[in-house]
Amino acid sequence: MITVLETGVLNSVQDAGRFGYRHLGVSSSGVMDLLALRCGNALLENAPDAACIEVQTFPFKVCFDKPLSFVVTGGEGTLTLGERKILPWSIVSAQEGDILTIDHPTIGARMYLCVCGGIDVPEVLGSRSTQLRGGFGGYHGRSLQQGDQLAGAGGCVADGFGVLPPSLVLNGACKAEKEKTVTLRAIPATDYFLFTEEARRHFWSASWQITAQSNRLGYRLKGGALHLQHPVELRSYGVIPGLIQVPPAGEPIVQMADANTAGGYPRIATVIEADLWRLAQARIGSYIQLQQCDQTEGLQAMRDVDSYLNDICNTSALYRKSLIRRDTGKAGKKS
Amino acid sequence: MTDTLSMLKNNSSGHSVDTPTISMIGTRAMLFEAPGAFTLANQRRIWALMDACAERADIEEVMPGVTNLMLIFSVPPENPEAVASWLRKAWETLPEKHIKGRLFEVGVRYGGELGGDLPRVAEHCGMSAQDVITLHQAPLYTVCALGSVPGFGYLHGLDPRLATPRKSVPSLKMLAGTVTIGGPQAGISALTGPNGWNSIGFTDLVMFDPERDPPALFAVGDQIRFYAESIEV
Repeated sequence: MITVLETGVLNSVQDAGRFGYRHLGVSSSGVMDLLALRCGNALLENAPDAACIEVQTFPFKVCFDKPLSFVVTGGEGTLTLGERKILPWSIVSAQEGDILTIDHPTIGARMYLCVCGGIDVPEVLGSRSTQLRGGFGGYHGRSLQQGDQLAGAGGCVADGFGVLPPSLVLNGACKAEKEKTVTLRAIPATDYFLFTEEARRHFWSASWQITAQSNRLGYRLKGGALHLQHPVELRSYGVIPGLIQVPPAGEPIVQMADANTAGGYPRIATVIEADLWRLAQARIGSYIQLQQCDQTEGLQAMRDVDSYLNDICNTSALYRKSLIRRDTGKAGKKS
Repeated sequence: MTDTLSMLKNNSSGHSVDTPTISMIGTRAMLFEAPGAFTLANQRRIWALMDACAERADIEEVMPGVTNLMLIFSVPPENPEAVASWLRKAWETLPEKHIKGRLFEVGVRYGGELGGDLPRVAEHCGMSAQDVITLHQAPLYTVCALGSVPGFGYLHGLDPRLATPRKSVPSLKMLAGTVTIGGPQAGISALTGPNGWNSIGFTDLVMFDPERDPPALFAVGDQIRFYAESIEV
């Protein structure tokens, strides 16, 4: 068991998302930073969509009641296991009674506690993700509270190695990013040309600040109003994470993991799938800059992400093999 | 960069008159929007397109909206225009899909605290609360699509005389089961939470239960008739 000793609000069990029920109005949920989950699962040799705990309010403290290997990914910051400082993005094994503290990250906004075998909660509609608004999935359909007890499905694996976080490996849209500004690539969406030329220019040139009204549902941005050439009344249409809608007041909203599955506001653009993790790790109060891209560039960016993940899988497999060889060698000398 | 942009809307009205609008929503999703009015005939063509898309190996999820259809690809297309021309052709050639849905007779407790916007709707429409209730019960509504929140049905059939703008200040905690009017649309709220539609009554139906199979009460093509269980004006 993993017992939650201390938690802020809105920390929850999430996996790679709930798919196949969108046509019934069920949003995907799942982690905000899918790349962080995939990295953690790749290091632990878990299934790619195994569930983790998404931590977005800090400090978060758990106690392990049996030996269990884990990885904390997402951002970077101070992690303590018992008295010992440990590294994020690396496999660590907890012993019985060890207490892990995840403090506010110094880089990034969300941390992911991935454990060997994944967090074991019942699957609801094909996923272990918490659907917070619908009140189902995850841990009893709600965010975690002090005293909650979760089970990890695995035990221990070879530890002591890690990966470079994607922010150091993957090139974004812009190599030399301004401090506190993250550049995201976006593809113009359905109603792009219904906005005034001035609005379109402003959209790509402005520094958009992430307001405090930002959460797992969506990020509300501040930085000027975007106007349509004429008002339009749209019929309800499907919405996915990354879509940027513009309500009548003119300030855009980027839809995120818990976004409603349908909406009716004009759509100006969509942040590409390969850059969504960057947005998930951008903090309230920080700035984003949007850069126009097309399908070809968007797909190339996704290939870069996939190859980074493949490298992690290959490297950890190689590392494990070398450990086995070393152990076999030692055993040979003894006999 | 031009091939995806050429697929976007470029006239200044919201809906094209004769040709579909097809646009990419990021790299992985595509949205097909039917031309013309919100009619059942158009919605039935969307349902036909939905079935045809579900047959394609490169499409993972299809999600109908109100006279539109979103496709989520399992493998994002290198050339979206090829998919778009297939969609245009399918739209032109497929016959309407008629769904023989179930009929739900939904008992409503009109007015009262849980239907607190009934006077507002009556005033906006320039008629008595009783007339609003009568007109609301008259049509046979059709579930066009489910979406927004789990189990919420977009209904076709509201009498245009009852169209009432959404509230500028939403109710903060409208109960699931509230019978509503939002602009030209009728609905039954599926989740308790903030809601900008006008409440005119309440029903005990549970629109979504993850433990139920299927979890949503309504399915696309189902028909609904409202009747008054009680009236409090």
